Amino acid sequence: MFRRLLEDAGQRVRVTIDGRPATARAGDSVAAAMLACGLPYCRTTPLSGQKRAPYCMMGVCFECLVTIDGVDNRQGCLIEVSEGMRIDTQLGRRAVE
Amino acid sequence: MSAGANTYDVAVVGAGPAGLAAAAITAGADLTTLLLDENPTPGGQIYRAVTTTPLKEQSLLGEDYWAGAALVAETKASGAEIVQGATVWSLDATRELAASWAGTSRFIKVRRVILATGALERPFPIPGWTLPGVMTAGALQTLLKCSGLVPAGRLVLAGTGPLLWLLAAQLLRAGVRIVALLDTAPSANYLRALPHVPTFAVSRYLTKGVALRREVAQHVEVVRGVTRLRAEGQGALASIAFKAGPDERRLAADVLALHQGVVPNVNLAMAAGIAHRWHPVQLCWVPVLDAMGNSGIDGIAIAGDGAGIGGALAAEAQGRLAGLAAVAAVAPERLARLPDRQLLEQALARSMRGRAFLDQLFAPPRWSRLPEGDTIVCRCEEVTAAQLLEAVGMGAMGPNQAKAFLRCGMGPCQGRLCGLTVTELISNTRGVAPAEVGHFRLRPPVKPITLAELAAMAHTQRAVAAVVRE
Repeated sequence: MFRRLLEDAGQRVRVTIDGRPATARAGDSVAAAMLACGLPYCRTTPLSGQKRAPYCMMGVCFECLVTIDGVDNRQGCLIEVSEGMRIDTQLGRRAVE
Repeated sequence: MSAGANTYDVAVVGAGPAGLAAAAITAGADLTTLLLDENPTPGGQIYRAVTTTPLKEQSLLGEDYWAGAALVAETKASGAEIVQGATVWSLDATRELAASWAGTSRFIKVRRVILATGALERPFPIPGWTLPGVMTAGALQTLLKCSGLVPAGRLVLAGTGPLLWLLAAQLLRAGVRIVALLDTAPSANYLRALPHVPTFAVSRYLTKGVALRREVAQHVEVVRGVTRLRAEGQGALASIAFKAGPDERRLAADVLALHQGVVPNVNLAMAAGIAHRWHPVQLCWVPVLDAMGNSGIDGIAIAGDGAGIGGALAAEAQGRLAGLAAVAAVAPERLARLPDRQLLEQALARSMRGRAFLDQLFAPPRWSRLPEGDTIVCRCEEVTAAQLLEAVGMGAMGPNQAKAFLRCGMGPCQGRLCGLTVTELISNTRGVAPAEVGHFRLRPPVKPITLAELAAMAHTQRAVAAVVRE
């Protein structure tokens, strides 16, 4: 759905998305990295399980909520990727472990 | 990021043009200044990633964008303590802020607060607007600026407002193909804008606006008078249907960018108790302020688009004026070495010229502000327009009752994406003014925070003793 204008720009950052290795670029937000990797959605809603993807990319809509390094409900658009980061799509309602 | 002190002369919230300019002024006058910003890098949305963007070719994003680099440099050199990735989640009338960054919350007490929380895009509640593939125009622009990411598939832009046209031009310059731009501005807007032509004609917007429209229209099918817009697909966007004149049309699409103007981001200001009024032309809430940006709460000012939409240059001037007001209150003897207030007021007036014309020309139509039937109003809690109207029929007189009936506005976004729609829908249904309907009552924390952030705070022994059992 998205492509990079400059294939070589920016340092490569290795992350995992749902356990699979993926490459992002320094300066990418988590939400941008997920879109760049072609992920069709980043969460399903707690109520009906609808698929949702990043919508505003500026921290107001909360559609890009994902699990980052084991912490749920992080705003993917406000957090930059870092080496070794574990990103997981967030399916349905959260629960206390 | 080891902001140690918990008291400052001035706290500025938001590092867009208004916040950067305000902090540069107060720090430049040697007031201890803390500038808190939620994003990873300074610049706000307009100058997003101006220090880090991979797109170094200046013509792509345009000269207005790159002007932000000088402002960021000025503020960094001013001595202001700038914290990125900081979420301000509370502010009260005693000017105590609560903010979280690096996993910990802090309370910060200041003498002056300047809120520069900027704008957000007006909700655009059409059928299918929650489908993956549907995004805001601002979101596409952020992806472009931060990461050089552009839509790869079939792209359609829809709505009204200067940003939509600017985004179209920027994407075209980047070599992106745009299937169509669906213009939803009603033709009646042109008539309403007519009386404002004289001031618009001498504003900086005229030549820029005309050139932008020409640049876009040369390469993109522009469809005027679009109504009944809807996004279609099962689990992802597949097509866009709309009406243009008498014709029903359908376009296959992978990405739809929606935009119908920007509105002040009011959550923190409202939660602090600052009075707001309904702006009948901009169709949104704006804070009640004096000429220097001071709110009714002593020591709290608002500058930039959060004070009412004026654009980046107006925001910068307002930020400097609010900075001057803070210096005048805390250390008036230092005003002499600061920029002249009158010159700033003139710059502000100049940058506001033409704004009334734009407000009318790009005003969003009723149909895209007043959704019907199964169209989702509250994205977080999945509340539809029909459900909201039913609740109104059962006695929900305003947004706060709608919360009790439907949890509308009670999800993580705290009404940011539905508040204006809820107010306008209830207003329209009850036949009373939006001001009478009001807005959601906003309370801290104005953004979700974790218990861990609170637990990580430095607590007094007495506070710990009050909750920990030996």
